Amino acid sequence: MNQHLLQEFQAIVGERGVISSPEELHTYECDGLTNFRVMPLAVLLPADTPQVQAIVKICHRERMPFVARGSGTGLSGGALPVENGIVISLTRMNHILEVDFPNARVIVEPGVINLEVTGRVQPQDYFYAPDPSSQSVCSIGGNVAENSGGAHCLKYGFTTTHVLGLEVVLPDGSLVHLGGKCLDTPGYDLAGVFVGSEGTLGIATKVVLRIVKRPECIRTLLAAFPSTNEAGAAVSDIIAAGMLPAAIEMMDNLAIQAAEAAVHANYPNCGGLLLVELDGPVAEVESLMQDVAELCQKNGAWDLRIAQTDSERALVWKGRKAAFAAMGRISPNYIVQDGVIPRTALPQVMSEIARLSQETGLRVANVFHAGDGNLHPLVLYDRHIAGQEQAAEALSYRILELCLEAGGSITGEHGVGEEKKRMMSKMFSEPDLDTMQRVRCAFDPLQLSNPTKVFPTPRLCGEKPGEYVAHPLESAGIAERF
Amino acid sequence: MSHTPWNQPGSRNDSEEKRSSFPTTMLKASAIEEQLQSAVGRANLRDATAEDMVSGVRPQFVVEPENEQQLVAALFCADEAGAAVIPRGGGTKLDWGNPPKRAEVILSTARLNRVLEHAWADLTVTVQAGCTLQSLQNTLAQHGQRLAFDGLWPERATIGGVLSTNDSGALRLRFGGLRDLILGVTIALPDGTLASSGGKVVKNVAGYDLPKLVTGAFGTLGVITSAVFRLHPLPRSARTLSFTAENFQAMQDLVLSIQDSKLAHTALQIRWPCADILFEATDAGLNAQESQLHKLLGSTRVKEASGHVWNARQELWNSRTDNAVIAKLSILPAEIAKKVDALKGIANSRKLTWQMVAQAAGITTLRLDSDPVSISAAVRELRAEVEGSGGSLVVLRRPKILESLDAWGNAGDSAGLMRAVKYQLDSKGTLNPGRFVGGI
Repeated sequence: MNQHLLQEFQAIVGERGVISSPEELHTYECDGLTNFRVMPLAVLLPADTPQVQAIVKICHRERMPFVARGSGTGLSGGALPVENGIVISLTRMNHILEVDFPNARVIVEPGVINLEVTGRVQPQDYFYAPDPSSQSVCSIGGNVAENSGGAHCLKYGFTTTHVLGLEVVLPDGSLVHLGGKCLDTPGYDLAGVFVGSEGTLGIATKVVLRIVKRPECIRTLLAAFPSTNEAGAAVSDIIAAGMLPAAIEMMDNLAIQAAEAAVHANYPNCGGLLLVELDGPVAEVESLMQDVAELCQKNGAWDLRIAQTDSERALVWKGRKAAFAAMGRISPNYIVQDGVIPRTALPQVMSEIARLSQETGLRVANVFHAGDGNLHPLVLYDRHIAGQEQAAEALSYRILELCLEAGGSITGEHGVGEEKKRMMSKMFSEPDLDTMQRVRCAFDPLQLSNPTKVFPTPRLCGEKPGEYVAHPLESAGIAERF
Repeated sequence: MSHTPWNQPGSRNDSEEKRSSFPTTMLKASAIEEQLQSAVGRANLRDATAEDMVSGVRPQFVVEPENEQQLVAALFCADEAGAAVIPRGGGTKLDWGNPPKRAEVILSTARLNRVLEHAWADLTVTVQAGCTLQSLQNTLAQHGQRLAFDGLWPERATIGGVLSTNDSGALRLRFGGLRDLILGVTIALPDGTLASSGGKVVKNVAGYDLPKLVTGAFGTLGVITSAVFRLHPLPRSARTLSFTAENFQAMQDLVLSIQDSKLAHTALQIRWPCADILFEATDAGLNAQESQLHKLLGSTRVKEASGHVWNARQELWNSRTDNAVIAKLSILPAEIAKKVDALKGIANSRKLTWQMVAQAAGITTLRLDSDPVSISAAVRELRAEVEGSGGSLVVLRRPKILESLDAWGNAGDSAGLMRAVKYQLDSKGTLNPGRFVGGI
């Protein structure tokens, strides 16, 4: 980066707010998806909103692309730097600005860690519902960008359900407020559009969150099935019986083995493990848990355990939450995917994954949010065996195609980012993608904010929508324009 | 700080200019008619009558496409001809929003009224825009499910209409608004594009969330042709309980203590001087919840009520509304009493009567009755009061004479961005011109 520009940035964020030495920049060349790497020109660490605005205004003036970054735990390359661009790291903006219990709202800066929000409101028995597995390290700003989910979104919804308002620095450096502390701010729901836009519409500098009162009780059932098919059938029966559990998670045998090896969660060794969590008033939960247990038994569950206390629950969840990291115990490398299928397609998709696994000789472990059909197939491979990484990538994309063929989605919570943008045109038609990009042009006509992500081919915003073409009537002389 | 962020070349602020300099096609009515007819066929096109008036503006034609392709073609024709289009479902809320600046064509979704796919085992439904809410609920009930949304006039209101107006009922407290229930949408744009976004599964983050963008957009960006929703099971049993309080502050305190409790209620509303709470659960669960509520409310008398109390919001429209304003207020849940105090003061000084139904989430429907001058002044005063603490007051229904009273209020610092979004999707301002926030 040229010295003059560097000095300009230093004048905004101070010398310690600029990282530009190659050694230090290495930390920022990728996010949680490590197989894509790009070196940024510099990393800037603003401390407040005016600093973010000042940085972005320079980027706008210089036509220099920028990528906002939180904790860098994303799994789709959303925070991957772009060529000849800078990274704006929001980690210094980590203050909880307001906690309002009567209205159940919390206002935070984007660098606040997800779990810190719950930590702050826990004494009053509230919690912040979205709970991605990385919640102890991931930031709210990153959650907003990716519309993060988690195990409990079956009942509680996603980040977008819990974000009511945003302060946003637009890609020209101007500041806007979308939504607010009150519901239904007049106008377009631009907060709804911004959440999950993967950093392509600007940078959120304040976030208004909704917090939720803790339920009276939580019970977690662990059920062992011969295979994921029986476990899947039990899930369908639970849903068909009109219940809405807080979470339903499933793991296959390979995932169980990995979790056991890593954290000794004391899971039964079985073909399909189901974890069902119910929460709410005691009387309600206890009667429904009875029903859940019966439905599991009816579908062939041979070991049922109910965790009652917080410590028992924590142990049950430990293996599930550690599942991705646990793969390191059974395989040198792995690729995790994030496809979604309609729940009913589970047996068919699982058997197809098993077939593909056999065909390619690559092991696939399956961990998923079974209640909402969000699969996390983990394709295991060894980078040092020639060709295996490519084969694993191909298999993981093939699994996403299976999800699409079943009527699902390529991503349930990890985002498209860099990794899956080429899959977008398999899920959406050209006009679908073009319409989304027109919205992007309204926010970022110069395409400076994380410009290379999400969409397979960028749209030039100079292209006028509805370009003039002579109408047949006009050509025929029936009508004229003036 | 007063800077104008929208004046970069090629960016947002020149949209007004572009729009006015865009070559406008001036077609004779007969030529528009001919084009529309070629798009939808003679049988699906008729002249508009007085019944089709939109806030005092009389359109020329009513188009009722039979399918999505016809709808796209009709919208495209109108856009090409420079004719303004008013999308219409059941027409129950057509008087909401500001009066249109122009209105040549009513584009009715009445015939796009099918439930396309009820994937009951996946708890989702795909439904066409013209399907009425009631007809959708009837279909869903066959499998013990529902769209967890209680909209106004469900027998006539359509899916496209409730989405576009972002109607919001008592169930919102537990299940969220329509924005939280919609999973996917297909929209027709004026330039002939038919675009889908979102999907058919309950969890999906691929691409921008355009279902949320069109929810509450008053049909100013595109015409919704179909939508996908997540569903909820019908409750096993339900029970409504009502209670009263001595004054509004005491009522507010009771409501807040319920909100801060571990009760798992589905809805909670104040219809002064009463409040109602809805529990949906198993029978055992209901009894336990009721006794907990008794404990929580102490000496306050709680009695069982009929489920009809949940029609209270709709009933605000029941008596003659010729001289009434009905408005949607969004305020912080803990500030309802404070705003009611302000309202009482305004009502006293302006000599008007008021009725309200406030949901615990802060969405309040308010009816004011008096002469137009007093109402108009009262709306302005109350709006200033509500906006002063971050809320909003949107006029839904108003007397003819008050059509110049802005429905929306302050559009905030994102108004320019909203105009830019509008320009991207409807560059000629064909759809519902002038009806939305900030002149959109």
